[in-house]
Amino acid sequence: MVKHIRFGASPGLQTLFLIFLLVVVIVLSTGMGYIKISPTQVIEVVFARITGISNLLKGIDSVFPYVIIDVRLPRILTSAIVGAGLSIAGVIFQGILLNPLADPYTLGISAGAAFGASIALVLDMTFLGIYSVPLFAFLGAVATLFAVMFLSSSDGQTSSNNLILSGIIVAAILSAGISFIKYVADEQVSIIIFWLMGSFGSKTWTDVFLTFFCVSTGFLICLFFARDLNIISLGDRSASSLGIETTRVRVTLLVTASLITAVCVSVSGIIGFVGLIIPHLMRFFVGPDNNRLIPASALVGATLLLCADTITRAVLPTEVPIGVLTALIGGPFFCYIFKKRRIIKTYG
Amino acid sequence: MGKKRILEIRRISFCYGKIRALDNLSMTIEPGKFYGIVGPNGCGKTTLLDLLIRNKTPESGTIRYSGREIKEYKRKRLAREIALVPQDFYINFPFTVREIVLMGRHPHIPRFASPSAKDVSIVDEIMEKMEIDGFKEKYVTELSGGEKQRVVFARAFAQDTPVLILDEGTSNMDIQYTLKTLDMAAESVRMKKRTVIAALHNLNLAAAFCDNVVFMKAGRIMSQGNVDDALNEQNIKDVFQVDSKVYFDGYSNSKQVVYKRRTQA
Repeated sequence: MVKHIRFGASPGLQTLFLIFLLVVVIVLSTGMGYIKISPTQVIEVVFARITGISNLLKGIDSVFPYVIIDVRLPRILTSAIVGAGLSIAGVIFQGILLNPLADPYTLGISAGAAFGASIALVLDMTFLGIYSVPLFAFLGAVATLFAVMFLSSSDGQTSSNNLILSGIIVAAILSAGISFIKYVADEQVSIIIFWLMGSFGSKTWTDVFLTFFCVSTGFLICLFFARDLNIISLGDRSASSLGIETTRVRVTLLVTASLITAVCVSVSGIIGFVGLIIPHLMRFFVGPDNNRLIPASALVGATLLLCADTITRAVLPTEVPIGVLTALIGGPFFCYIFKKRRIIKTYG
Repeated sequence: MGKKRILEIRRISFCYGKIRALDNLSMTIEPGKFYGIVGPNGCGKTTLLDLLIRNKTPESGTIRYSGREIKEYKRKRLAREIALVPQDFYINFPFTVREIVLMGRHPHIPRFASPSAKDVSIVDEIMEKMEIDGFKEKYVTELSGGEKQRVVFARAFAQDTPVLILDEGTSNMDIQYTLKTLDMAAESVRMKKRTVIAALHNLNLAAAFCDNVVFMKAGRIMSQGNVDDALNEQNIKDVFQVDSKVYFDGYSNSKQVVYKRRTQA
């Protein structure tokens, strides 16, 4: 008999627990870094800022509010939101493409973003200040999405194999383009490479609000179609016979997940493995029902990417690019899960 | 002309690229009957069934359900009228058996509602009838092909529709469950005036369960009618190019078909 590893807890309780965990990690990581701040002081400073009661700040080093509110929290919240966004996108891509290897980058979104960013960096575009590179990355990602959707569609239908193949082809072309840009970039090449490996350094509240708006809107759309996505995993014929508008649901979710990914990539660079592993991990714990899987993945993805960013920011002696770190931690962990899941035969 | 019609198929055609799968096909389905569609591989059976559930749209011609064209129905509404047991039934994620059967209730449950007590009791009752309640908490991904097909069958029953379409719906079951499952379908035809349309390869199953047989070849209907008349040596020869003998068998109380090998050993 098969061991049941799924959590028995009610969905509401489980969500509350995961939210609590995320808040704890946010508070703890805000206190970590070159200047150590205790969790109670972090809470006091944030509370004082929100309520405007300045009495709470008595006895607290006057530099702390600046460190917490202006330096650390924007970075911490951005990394958590990006973690959530990439995980949601991963769930959606795996569900729609019916492929466990799918991740937010399967359709070449990352290559498109990287190409856009490389162009902005190599041409040294600064007409939009610090937002030039993210904007170009976003445009690159969106253009890639449409190119891939156009390539893969035939008579109004989009099959998952066509989508994956088109994604690989477009990504391959773009990768060659990026290599060429690196080759001609001379001095800029290190900046391009650093951007490609991802970073949450020097994020602002604008980044926080922008990503939060996009990711939460996307989250609601995905949740709206969660039950349809469950049924789509039975295959197209079964899904249509059960009353699902398969093509409409597919395209809506595909565009939503891709836009979430595009926004995440454009603020943080390419962070691999989060969108691949978190959905697998959470499916292992809460089962494949997307009504539970999407919120759980979002919360755990946020928590884990924040932990990874805190490790590179505050624990390691020098900052390692976050994309490298997630791959180094996530890769072996994925191997472990993959092997274990094969033994338990949870998947077909 | 006073006959009731539940499905009216008028001169439909469908092509895959340049290959014509259905060629100007017309057919009328009456309620309260068990239809068997037989024909060689690639004759268009699955395409026809796909058009009936509106998974594909015919290039020309119309399909009416209860007098209204099916393309005018909302898909969820149509799913309360017509259910399908598909030929391919791989399920990609580790849902439990119970979760899969409950998906059959999807067309009856509003978007943000949870399954009602009625939905749950229907699902439990069907799982018991199909004898899959013994492994209802198991993951479908670890079931055998036959077990999985019984789960998919139960899902279609749970959909509780006037019309049930079976596309080789028992192909992976052993003989025990093939007979039990088709008996359940036949009982719903007899007792509840439901309609079953089944694509079948096994002509003896068609003989035992169907009221009507439809012989298809190359996207057209070659012959159709009451199973006692239409299931004969000539039609089998025309459609399958196989020599056979069809006779009434007292033991099974139905027609039986036996075949002759092309070259005798």
